[in-house]
Parts: sequence; structure tokens; C-alpha cells
Amino acid sequence: MDLSFFTEVLVGGLLSGVMYSLVAIGFVLIYKTSGVLNFAQGSLLLFSALTFVSLIERGLPFWAGILITLAAMTAIGALIERVVLRPLVNQPPITLFMATLGVSYVIEGAAQLLWGTQVHGLDLGIDDRPLEISGVFVSTFDLFAAGVAGAMVAVLILFFRYTGIGLGFRAVADDPLAALSLGLRLDRIGTAVWTAAGMVALVAGLLWGARLGVQFSLSLVVLKALPVLVLGGFDSIAGAIVGGLIIGAVEKLAEVYIGPFFGGGIEGWIAYVAALGFLLVRPAGLFGQKLVERV
Amino acid sequence: MSATLVVAAVEDRAALAIESLSLSFGGVMALSGIDLTVAPGEIRAVIGPNGAGKSSLINVVSGLYRPDHGRVWLGGRSFAAVPTDRLAALGVARTFQNLALFKGLSVLDNVAVGLNHGFRAGVFAQIAGLPGARRERAAAQERAAAVLDFFHLTDMRDRLVGTLSYGVQKRVELARAVVARPRLLLLDEPMAGMTLTEKRELTGFIRAIRDELQATIVLIEHDIGVVMGLSDRVAVLDYGRLIGDGTPEAIRANQAVIDAYLGVAHDLEAGEGI
Amino acid sequence: MSDIAIKTGRRSLPGLSPQAFGVAALLAIAFGVVPLVGSEYLFDALLTPFLVLSLAGLGLNLLTGYTGQVSLGSSAFMAVGAYAACNLAFRLPGLPFLVDLVAAGVIAAAVGLVFGLPSLRLRGFYLAVSTLAAQFFVQWVFNKIGWFSNDSASGIVTPPPLSIAGIAVTSPVGRYLFTLSVVVAVTALVWRLVRSPTGSALIAVRDHETAARVIGIPVLRTKLLAFAVSSFVIGIAGVLWAFAYLRNVEPAGFNLDRSFQILFIVIIGGLASLRGAFLGAALIVIFPLGLARLGDALLGGLFDSGVLEMSQRVVLGLLIIVFLIAEPAGLSALVDRMTRRITPWITPWITAGRA
Repeated sequence: MDLSFFTEVLVGGLLSGVMYSLVAIGFVLIYKTSGVLNFAQGSLLLFSALTFVSLIERGLPFWAGILITLAAMTAIGALIERVVLRPLVNQPPITLFMATLGVSYVIEGAAQLLWGTQVHGLDLGIDDRPLEISGVFVSTFDLFAAGVAGAMVAVLILFFRYTGIGLGFRAVADDPLAALSLGLRLDRIGTAVWTAAGMVALVAGLLWGARLGVQFSLSLVVLKALPVLVLGGFDSIAGAIVGGLIIGAVEKLAEVYIGPFFGGGIEGWIAYVAALGFLLVRPAGLFGQKLVERV
Repeated sequence: MSATLVVAAVEDRAALAIESLSLSFGGVMALSGIDLTVAPGEIRAVIGPNGAGKSSLINVVSGLYRPDHGRVWLGGRSFAAVPTDRLAALGVARTFQNLALFKGLSVLDNVAVGLNHGFRAGVFAQIAGLPGARRERAAAQERAAAVLDFFHLTDMRDRLVGTLSYGVQKRVELARAVVARPRLLLLDEPMAGMTLTEKRELTGFIRAIRDELQATIVLIEHDIGVVMGLSDRVAVLDYGRLIGDGTPEAIRANQAVIDAYLGVAHDLEAGEGI
Repeated sequence: MSDIAIKTGRRSLPGLSPQAFGVAALLAIAFGVVPLVGSEYLFDALLTPFLVLSLAGLGLNLLTGYTGQVSLGSSAFMAVGAYAACNLAFRLPGLPFLVDLVAAGVIAAAVGLVFGLPSLRLRGFYLAVSTLAAQFFVQWVFNKIGWFSNDSASGIVTPPPLSIAGIAVTSPVGRYLFTLSVVVAVTALVWRLVRSPTGSALIAVRDHETAARVIGIPVLRTKLLAFAVSSFVIGIAGVLWAFAYLRNVEPAGFNLDRSFQILFIVIIGGLASLRGAFLGAALIVIFPLGLARLGDALLGGLFDSGVLEMSQRVVLGLLIIVFLIAEPAGLSALVDRMTRRITPWITPWITAGRA
């Protein structure tokens, strides 16, 4: 086996895994506070990328586009939380999941009604020339994306560690009832978390949009994030990052080394099978602690 | 170990024997070195302050927790970890501290499903309504109805359990536990949250279960009045250790028990549920 | 839903409960009246897909509603049923179609059993996501492996025309009646199952797994049984989809959207309710068609079909959200409330009709 080629595939996989982590983190934020698997995360991603691209195409400067899109994402996140999820409090998780599926239909439809269904190119001004690092070729764009993702995770960590709302978030995630009895404003924290998820969707949407083109299929990147969540745990940001790296690497390696035996196209399911295989060996997942059932 | 010898000597006639049992959660000892033998037909209470390890003990005996050390003897067989799946077949039943009913089933079905494990007919026979399956089902429904009658639940047999009051639900759970005529019945705080009248009624039920089924009963209870009146013997746990074991009178007189628990029983009662 | 009503219904036929009376009346209309008055459009575009999707919803409801195991990969088992029946029909042409039908269901059950294995370890959303493995893997298999689609270049398979006991079923009304018969028969079996002690075991596993284990219910076996039976029913729905409704099969017809559609049917209709599957399917099938017609009538020509499709998506999403908020227990609960209000009013009428 050609080692430098292997390394190249591995590094490529790890870097695209970062992109998966980026989407997965959006899920984790919301799951930790409200226990909802927010299927609409993908449609939020699509909406943000589409809005941004359309604004730029209409001649707005980059930063104005970012700010307006961010404002829109914040509004949508808050709206979903208030209008859809709050009335459904105390309903079983599957009902909440269904509701977010409904939300994703609405957002996907609305985004395309608003901005049209054609494919937009999104140029973030980064050359996608392969960069040679000690004999291994790495995509510049992937490196940039990984850098942005890393920065975003750092911002999130700072936010949750040092701001009042962030501390509230952690309290709610640990024990909602206790947080309530301490007088924390759950509604405000909920809104803040959805805003943060909207922001994550914006970053992920821009990066994914630049890579794939901004179009309907962008919302399907959620399907890439789901096996990451199974592997890393729905409630662990660290799990989302490490899980994303593992899934990205496994997917690329399998595609290159195993795919040809199956006639290709295995990337649609190999991540799921890999995540399941891992859980068979380690049922608690990557970072999950073994929960004692209290009876 | 002399305790082991004692257990070995009585295991064949004990309904339940626990032998140097230890259990820890992440380094915290929940149970350490417990030896306990329960005679057939006995009502044995396990008391102790909150967090003393009472529920853990019952969870080990019903196989929900796997102990670090020690063995559990049930019906003359010894287990390092009790197989929960075979509990019903071993003649052991239990209730839970928090209600553990099947909310989507009627009262009758909640109780009747406790007899499912003895069915021989498979799912196809049941769908096809073959004679064997129908006989089994009819017998199960009849037995469940009789148990409902015993617990004065007949009026509610077709109600969904979720719509019933807490006290009634506790009774349904007890009915489900006894429907398969267990030889050993484990009750985890059966009286918690009950009114005085309900407690009195339940005490009568527990005695009647013992007398009618010749069952052995192990119960965890906080209400010292109930415990002293109902049990043949009382075991006292404190910080995962067995600090007293004997007749209610002996326990009342036991200095270690008084120091650890009985002296502050009223405080504990008042502080419960916080 | 009361047990008593069903028992009396079983013991003596003349003593029909209002509920049993309703079912009998519906069956009489579906078999006796609709075939006489319906149009081809009604059979082909509305009733047949409605029945097939009801059956798929029923199958998923066994797994998700009764046993509490969420699956996001239902359409994979429809695909298995459809492709299995096609291949049986092509490769073993001597077999009667009804044998194909049952065999395809059994094959779908076997595949469902395999993809149900993660349920022994995983719960909740972890399990739900893992069922997507079935969704994508099965779709990939039928796309990639030409053997399953008779090596057709497009991957589209046209099943042989429907023929029961030597009689060709070619008319829309014939296909409707065949579909109706199969759906009624399978529904009856499922009804028997959920009323049986095993049906109680399914609910016990859903409501309190630990308690179920303690009273001796084989939890793992019960979960696998639910996966198998559910996949059997969904597989049969897939066969009907291929042979009686679309009359062709392609992997893209069994995509994730179809799986979500079946899940919607179950949730909107009502979890753990047989009737709910039919109510949910009625809404899901009729609503988009109605909307398309309405859009045509009101805005015909003004917008392109893309806009129409997108607005349909928006409205469907809103409908789901509004329904979940207004009636989280599903249409079935709504109908329950309405029946309770109407029953005292119609019971004398039924009694009078019998006397």
C-alpha cells in the first residue's frame, strides 16, 4: 500500500470530517437543552447559505450579507423555539422530532420560494489549490474550513464558559428542574441556544455551500451529521468533533479502499454501518458515561 | 468465613440468601459485605436511612445491578449475577419504588401480562386463535380477574392505569407482582406516598399474600410503625453495611440501630421527599 | 377501544357494538358501493395509494406506536417487498401470486429482523438514526446490483400484470378491490396480534422495559418480533405498491421522503391505533392532491410547477406542525372524542335498525 497516498486520503477524510462535526454541533446545542433531535438543522443550513448568496448576488458587500443573514437566522431560530417547540413541551421526543421535520419542510420550501430553485455558486475567495505539506497534498479549502470550524468551537466554548447565558445553558443541560428552581429564565436560554444553532448553521452553510454549490441538496448534509451523533453522543460537543473526524476518515478510506469492490457509491451508508459497528464494540459511545438506571 | 458457612448450611431451605455481597458505583460503596438469609414464609423488612443501600439490595436480588462480589441464592441455586429474564420463572416478583406500570394497558391487562412468561403458545397460535392459545389466555384472564377481585380492583379492570390515582396504581402493581404466584416477593417502598387508611389496607393485603401464597416477602419500608407491626424480622442497613438483623423487639433494643437510625426516625420521616 | 365492546362483538354477531357496526358499515361501502360509483381516477389516484400507505402506516405503527421503537427506514422494507415479489414473479413464474405476496412479506420480515438487531443495544434517537442504515443500504443495493432489477439499465422494473388464480386483474377497480382485500386481511391479522397476549407484551416493552423484563417478558425477542412483523406488513404494502398501484418499481420511489411520509401517517393518525394509520394515510394522500388541484384552479398558469411544489412543501410542513400542536395524540383521538359525542345520538338508531 502506498503510504503517502493513504495519508493523503486519511487527511482528506479528517478534514471533511470537520465539516461533518460542524453540522453535528448544531444538533448537539439544541439536544442538550431541549432533548430535541432538530432535523431542521439541515434546512437552516440551506436557508442561511441561500440567503447569503442571494444577498451577495444582489450586490451587497460581504459583511452586510453576513450580518443580515445572521439576523435572519436568529429570528428564525427564536421563532421555531417560541411558535413550534414551546407549545409542544412535555410531548414525547418523537413528536418533537416530527415537528422539526415539519419545520424543515417549511424552511426548505420557503427558502426556495423566496430565492428560487437554481443552483448558486458561492465563492468565499479561497483558492482550492492542493497544498503540499511534506509530500502529502491537502486541499487549501479544507484546511481553511477546518480552521473556521476550530475557531467557531473555541468561540462556543468561551461563550458557554464565561457568559451568564452560557452558564445558564450548562445548568439547564444538567438539570432543567433545578435550573428552573434557581430562577433561571429557561425561555431566554432556549432562545439563546436556538440563536447559537442558527449561527452554527450559517457558518456550516457557507462552508458547505462553497464546496457543493448552494442548492436544495445542501439540506441533506444532516444525513452526514447523524452517524456522527450516534457515534459521539447527541449531547456531547467533544463527541461531535471526534465523531466527525472518525466518520470523515472512515468514509474516505472506505470509499477509496473498499468502495471499488462494491461498485462505488457506498458513502451513502458506510458511515451508518461504521457507527453501528463501533457501538457494538462500545455500547456507551465515544464519551458517554454508563448511566445507572434508577428504579 | 463463618458467615459463608452459615449461609451454606441454610441455603437449601432459605427462600433467599445473600452471601458477602458488595456493590459500588464509581468507587462509592453502595453495599459492602452483606450477608442475609430469609426463611421461607417470612416477612422480612429492610430499613435504613435514605441512601443506605436498600433499593440497591433489591436491585441486585432482581438482577438489575450486577454485584462486584458475593452471591445470591434463590430457590436453592446460586448466582453471581441474577438473570432478570429468568426471575419470573424462578418464582421471584417485585414492585418498584416509583410506579412501573404499563400505561397503555388496562388494569386487567397490566396484571394478566404478568402471566405471559408461562405461555406455551407462540404468536402465530395466538393470532390464529388456536385452542391451546385460547385456553391459556382464558386461564390467564381468569386468574388476573381473581387477583383483581382480591385487591378490590374489579371495578376498574378496563380502565387505563394512567387514569387511576397513585394509591390504586400501587395496588395494581402489587396485583401484577403476585399474579404468577411468586414464592419470593420483593417490595420496594410499597407504602410510600400513601394515606393512613391506604397503609392499613395494604398491610392487610401483604399479610394475606403471605398466608394465601405461602410466599416469602422482603420489603423496604420507611414507616417504622408499619415495619414493626408487619415483619417477622427486620434487617437494618446503614451506609451499605448491615448493622442489625433480628426480631422487631431485638432491633428496637439494638444500640447501633438506635444510634444510626431509630433515634432520628422522625426527622427522616419528615425530611423524606425533599 | 373498550375491551368489553370487542368481547361482546366476538361472542354474538347480532349484538354489534357501535364500533363494530361502524367497521362493518365501512367494509360494506368499500366492497359494495364504492366499486359501483367510483371513477378510474378515484381508484388509481386516491383509493389504491391510500390503502397501500395505510397498510405501511399500520406496519410502522406496530413497531413505533405499539413497541416504542422509532424507525426512519420504513420505505426500505417496502422496497424489499416490492423487489422480492417482482423477482419471485420473474424467476419462478409458476408460483401463484398470493404465494409471491406472502413470500415477499417474509423476505421483508427477515431483512427487518437484521436491521432490527441494533434495537437490542440502542434506544430512542440512537436507534432511530441507526434505522437510516437500512434506508440507505437497501436503496444502494437495488441501485447497484443489477440482478435485482433484471439488469434493466434504468433500474426500473415493470412487474408482470396482476393475475389472481388465473384471472387477470387489469382494471383500476379490480386493482382497488384486490388491494382492499389484502389490506383488510392483513389489518385483521394485525388486530388479532395487538389484542393477543403478545400485543400486551409489545406495549409492556414500550411502556416500561425494566418492569417487562422482571415479569418475564423476553424483551429482546419481543423487539425483534416487532421489527419482523412490522417489516412483513410494510413489505406486503411494498408489493401492493409495485403490482397494484404504480405497476413499476424503482429504488428512488422508496427514498427517505417516503419513509418520513409513513412516519407522518403514524404520528398524525395516532400512535398505537390501527384506525390512526388509515386516518393519517387519508390525510396524507388526499391533502397534496387537493392542494395541487386548488393551486391549479386558483393560480393556474401563473406560476411554474416548481413554485407549486415548493408551496406544497411549505403547506405540508405547516400542516404537520399545526396538527402536532393542536392534536398531539393524533386524528384517532379526535375521532374518539367525536364518536363519544355522537354515540348517544346514533345508538338508538342502530338498535332500532336491528330490531
